[in-house]
Amino acid sequence: MAVTLDQTIAHKQHTLLSKVFASQTFWVVIAVILACLFLSVATDSFATTKNLYNITRNVTFVAIVALGMTFVIITGGIDLSVGSVLCLCSMVLAVTMHAGYGIEIGIGAAIATALIIGAFNGVLIAYLGFPPFVVTLGMLSIARSLAMVASNNTVVFQFGPDHDKLLALGGGAWVFGIANPVLYMIVLALITGFVLRWTKFGRHIFAIGGNEHAATLTGVPVRQIKVVVYMISALAAGLAGIIQTGWLGAVTTNLGNGMELQVIAATVIGGANLAGGMGTAFGAVVGAALIEVIRNSLGLLGINAFWQGVFIGGAILLAVLFDRIRNFRRND
Amino acid sequence: MGEIAASGRNWGERKAAAEPLAQKHGEARRLVAVLELTNISKHFGAIQAVNDVSLSIEAGQVVGLMGDNGAGKSTLVKMIAGNFPPSHGTMQMDSKELILHKPVEARQHGIEIVHQDLALCNNLTAAANVYLGRELRRGVGPFRILDYAAMYKRAGQIFAELKSETRPRDLVKQMSGGQRQAVAIARTMLSQAKIVLMDEPTAAISVRQVAEVLNLIRHLRDQGIAVVLISHRMPDVFDVADRVIVMRRGRKVADKTIASSSPEEVTGLITGAIEQV
Repeated sequence: MAVTLDQTIAHKQHTLLSKVFASQTFWVVIAVILACLFLSVATDSFATTKNLYNITRNVTFVAIVALGMTFVIITGGIDLSVGSVLCLCSMVLAVTMHAGYGIEIGIGAAIATALIIGAFNGVLIAYLGFPPFVVTLGMLSIARSLAMVASNNTVVFQFGPDHDKLLALGGGAWVFGIANPVLYMIVLALITGFVLRWTKFGRHIFAIGGNEHAATLTGVPVRQIKVVVYMISALAAGLAGIIQTGWLGAVTTNLGNGMELQVIAATVIGGANLAGGMGTAFGAVVGAALIEVIRNSLGLLGINAFWQGVFIGGAILLAVLFDRIRNFRRND
Repeated sequence: MGEIAASGRNWGERKAAAEPLAQKHGEARRLVAVLELTNISKHFGAIQAVNDVSLSIEAGQVVGLMGDNGAGKSTLVKMIAGNFPPSHGTMQMDSKELILHKPVEARQHGIEIVHQDLALCNNLTAAANVYLGRELRRGVGPFRILDYAAMYKRAGQIFAELKSETRPRDLVKQMSGGQRQAVAIARTMLSQAKIVLMDEPTAAISVRQVAEVLNLIRHLRDQGIAVVLISHRMPDVFDVADRVIVMRRGRKVADKTIASSSPEEVTGLITGAIEQV
């Protein structure tokens, strides 16, 4: 029994390796790699620069929104409004710039819109006790409708004097030929990972998801944090909207339609638990990647696009099944 | 019922001989009143939850607070913990008037509470739970990050002081009831707590773990902390407490040393078979 205090303090339940093998994210990464290897061999078109460029860029929009969603899901909440918020923010940006304002004002207006919507959601949920599902379902409808009002339901593709700047922002490849959206995603993922692991705010988010009552009793400002969390989610959607606008060069009121489900799927596949208390930034990105690889591969393999939903749905169930199996084993 | 009361009195007489010794024992541990309640009452509308209760709590003493459901124990403790103010009466701490508006203020005065459900987050480590709400950080100005090393270290030291086998990096999810109690109790030792209020700490755990928790309570007492132990379990109170306070229908009906009382007497007081002592 010669265990010193230092040993007790340093004692870890799992080695790094066993922790890695036990994580859902790890197996999703393996799945993505295997799928990529298989597709490189099975098709001529997968491992081409153009296709990879396409995939990485398509991943980013879902991934960026999923990063914001991760915060919400860790607290045990849900944000169904992200697709519509993305559309509304794109539209605010487009309409503002179309009216002749500069890109700074356009982006500022879009971000302000996102933050106001997030704060609205958050206040209703945290202070008035509305269920997150209902509040954000309402916002899903409201935000898309506002986007239609703002644009009179037209397509906006002329962005005034700073037109080219906006297109470069979203469509350029400023560093080593990596598409700009990918760079933004990497930076945002690093920030998210840092906040979750190293800040008091991140710690409190996990605490709220683990046991909200306990967090309240120990003096965690639960309500304020919840409001901020929904603001972060809306902000992520807004940023993705801005980038996507620059990438596409046009905004329709259809943008981001049904995206919320893809985003939630990405976070869940990446290891977040809808019951709260679990989730990582890396997982959100990897989950988004798996969904996109599945989508892309079906096209390349010549499988009818109607089957997409089946495969993505299957991936969601598999990911959660994996989690259940681990729990069963633990309970034995 | 009358028999219980009678036997209780007999037991009290038999124990009376031991009383002077117990008093000496108490004096050895410095009888300093940390908290003094004077004529405290609390009513919620027409319901008189606590009625004219006066008591004092001393450093390094364990006080068992007993009573049936609805006797007013929880209401009394919640007032001390700052959940709500008393309707009448005053509280004094270290001879200064104590007015609390929020639980945080109670904590600032050195009053810590271990909740019945422990208020733990299963998804976090023991150290994270101990430091929940008062995390240590390092860095400069607004750029401050969590100081994992310092929190693991201090939490480990506290567990060692409590003679608990809990390890700071272990997830609370995988802990036994006794270890979970240790985590909740370790929280109270982060700051210079003067009073620790414990709400039914042994209600939902196994016999072996009860012994563990009672030891934790003794360690708190030995460090000069006043412990108020709310419990339904007679053996626990008689095992660990120095004094027992019994409440019935909002009133204090007994306040005496353990040595001068008996389980039978306390049972009688709780049920009302014995009116008051």
